[in-house]
Amino acid sequence: MPTKRDTGSALDRDAVNGPEPLLAVRDLEVHFALQGNFVQRLLSRETGTVKAVDGVSFDVQPGEVLAVVGESGSGKTTLGRALTGLVATSDGSIRYRGQEVADMSDRSFRPLRRKIQMVFQDPHASLNPAMDLETALAHPLRIHGVADRAETHRLVRDALERVGLSPVERFLGKLPGDLSGGQKQRAVIARAIILGPDLLVADEPVSMLDMSVRAKILQLMLDLKRDLDLTYVYITHDLATAKFFCDRVAIMYLGRVVEIGPTSQIFADPKHPYTRALLAAIPDPDPERSLPTDLPRGEIPDAAEPPSGCAFHPRCPAAFDRCGWEGRDLRSLLESHWLTVDEEVYERERAVVGTLDELSAPGATARISPQGGHSVTDVRSVLDRVRAADPDEPFWSGVTSIDDDGSAVTVHFAAGEDPALRTSGGVEVACLLYEPEGQGQDTR
Amino acid sequence: MTTPPRSGSLSGEAEHDALSVRDLRVWYGTERGPVRAVDGVNFNLRPGEILGLVGESGCGKSTLGRGVLGLLPPGAKAAGEVRFRGENLVELSQKQMQSRRGPEIGLIFQEPMTRLNPLMRISQHFEETLRVHEPDISTAEAKHRALEALRGMGIPPTRYRNYPHEFSGGMRQRLMIALTLVLRPSFIVADEPTTALDVLVEAQIIRILHDLRRNFDTAMLLITHNLGIIAEACDRVAVMYAGHIVEEGKARQVFSSPAHPYTRELLRSTISLRTTGLHYIPGAPPDLVDAPSGCTFHPRCPDAMRVCPDQDPVEVYPTGNQRVSCWLHGPEDRIPEGGREPLARQEIDLADEA
Repeated sequence: MPTKRDTGSALDRDAVNGPEPLLAVRDLEVHFALQGNFVQRLLSRETGTVKAVDGVSFDVQPGEVLAVVGESGSGKTTLGRALTGLVATSDGSIRYRGQEVADMSDRSFRPLRRKIQMVFQDPHASLNPAMDLETALAHPLRIHGVADRAETHRLVRDALERVGLSPVERFLGKLPGDLSGGQKQRAVIARAIILGPDLLVADEPVSMLDMSVRAKILQLMLDLKRDLDLTYVYITHDLATAKFFCDRVAIMYLGRVVEIGPTSQIFADPKHPYTRALLAAIPDPDPERSLPTDLPRGEIPDAAEPPSGCAFHPRCPAAFDRCGWEGRDLRSLLESHWLTVDEEVYERERAVVGTLDELSAPGATARISPQGGHSVTDVRSVLDRVRAADPDEPFWSGVTSIDDDGSAVTVHFAAGEDPALRTSGGVEVACLLYEPEGQGQDTR
Repeated sequence: MTTPPRSGSLSGEAEHDALSVRDLRVWYGTERGPVRAVDGVNFNLRPGEILGLVGESGCGKSTLGRGVLGLLPPGAKAAGEVRFRGENLVELSQKQMQSRRGPEIGLIFQEPMTRLNPLMRISQHFEETLRVHEPDISTAEAKHRALEALRGMGIPPTRYRNYPHEFSGGMRQRLMIALTLVLRPSFIVADEPTTALDVLVEAQIIRILHDLRRNFDTAMLLITHNLGIIAEACDRVAVMYAGHIVEEGKARQVFSSPAHPYTRELLRSTISLRTTGLHYIPGAPPDLVDAPSGCTFHPRCPDAMRVCPDQDPVEVYPTGNQRVSCWLHGPEDRIPEGGREPLARQEIDLADEA
């Protein structure tokens, strides 16, 4: 367990009263440039970036299991790949036992790969179909040149034995195609531990497996952790496995960590509305439980154009005025309003406000020009009807005023804030609902 | 113990069923002999009812779904009875089946992107689907029907003329469901409809499927390996093991008091938020070319008795609306003397797993 200071963030750079973390990640950023179309590339135009990982900080103590939880598109896999040197970082630092590895070249990173290994999601794709298990497991030993023939022989057998693929003789000559999904994942784990690593980054190691096999693989990972003093970063979308498998949980949304803390606290008292939604959405075979009713709307937004303010606000049931409302939210609101009205009403209102393309631009105001033959009064009355239909919609809390200049209606929004991680009741959470504790502290 | 009205049925009134399956068998030919993927399955579906079909990979649940739809791959054979609107679907020709798939029997698959044509607008998908089965439909009527179906799935009318790539994964799955529902089939097979989706989107889709029966009178066979989804979306659940339905009953009842040891072990090995320790079923589902004798689950069953490997289990009804094929529940008069003694267990190798 990490040692935390009483006030401020445990991630303050000088907060090193406890043991040295195995892995210390600070303000890590991984950005990908969008390719754009042919003309844009020809003219070397700026085509935007996807901030897959956008300022992530955390520590992993030796022997700890940290879960990184998020939906697809949250950046959790990119984060895992950055930790293992498989993708170049854009900014920030990753320290492994105090040594900076974020800006290392592939060549200088190579010796460290023996200590930092990765287990991928799809065991079928992680094994070379033409290599039998003996060759596949000996491969890392050969690449790193760490063992002679006899030693390789011994290590391969030892690794197979450890992951439960015994009697070893039965499995040495098998090709991946001869193995079941669970056996393949065991072989992949055997290959990952054969170099004697400290840290395993496991990216969804059980999500491709049958329910009845998942528990076996997780049990194997727990046994290996105990026997080999391993530390895990467990990347998953499944909070249920994270709950009993991990010591700490980091919840990611659109490239940021939105909540991080000890597993027990996160599950007993989830703070961020996103964490709460994830917990409520897990299908549970409890016959007494009924379907959750207040699920967040929509899906994870496009990381190339993240929402302003808090990235979760368009889906958040607890959003309020400072969360960063903008024109795109008005567009979604109109679209969901049209789901509830008759087709004729939709056609009529659509004729007034048009394609809504004006609402796609970010900014603190949104303009709607009336279409063919309609007046600004018509636009205002559409907005009034939408508001009257659902006056409690969080969107309206962010609208400060609506005015018009005769040619278009302008909706003004309250200024949004981008919440930083702040300590609240033993966890760190990035949500404006929680005020920073201990004023004057650097909360990031 | 109550006597059932008909074998393998939990509802006596066949004429009210949307679908009734009797002794359905599906097998694949292999070099080693036939793989009996579905081996004598019975079940009924009433209008507006969702039956969940659950089991490990390789238990035959997808094959059963495909068998019902007549979508078996070459080399597979089906026999038995799938009674739907007075016809036995198993006996129909490919061509006859084709005209029934869509307007009468709908399908929802796992990967929505592979089922949508990237070069066609959503509007064109709907128009084509409707025209194939209802050639006389007007463009206005087609649009009206399509928008109605899309609205039911929460897709705004503004997106009607978009292309598939402009939708997110969850939206695409909802598009697929809307495309299935626009033809108003009375029976739908949904094969792992949420497996490729994120947990929040999965919950949204489950909610939609759950609400379907209220808005339409559609009967649905929902195939999944996720017991949580069954509990939340289904009225009844059928648990499949090695080609057999080993237990069937009201979802609530089966989950609160599972009668078959396989159901119980499957529930215990599911990792949920209430999981405090890891539990798993030793071994793997059997090879269906050479399945174990008697009850096929006996080599993995913690409650196996001497009778289990010797005789095929008999379907019994511990309560009026739950059926189970397990010797633990009798019938007593068929168990030979000493048959209830525990079976000497063979060690199952840890590595022999799925």
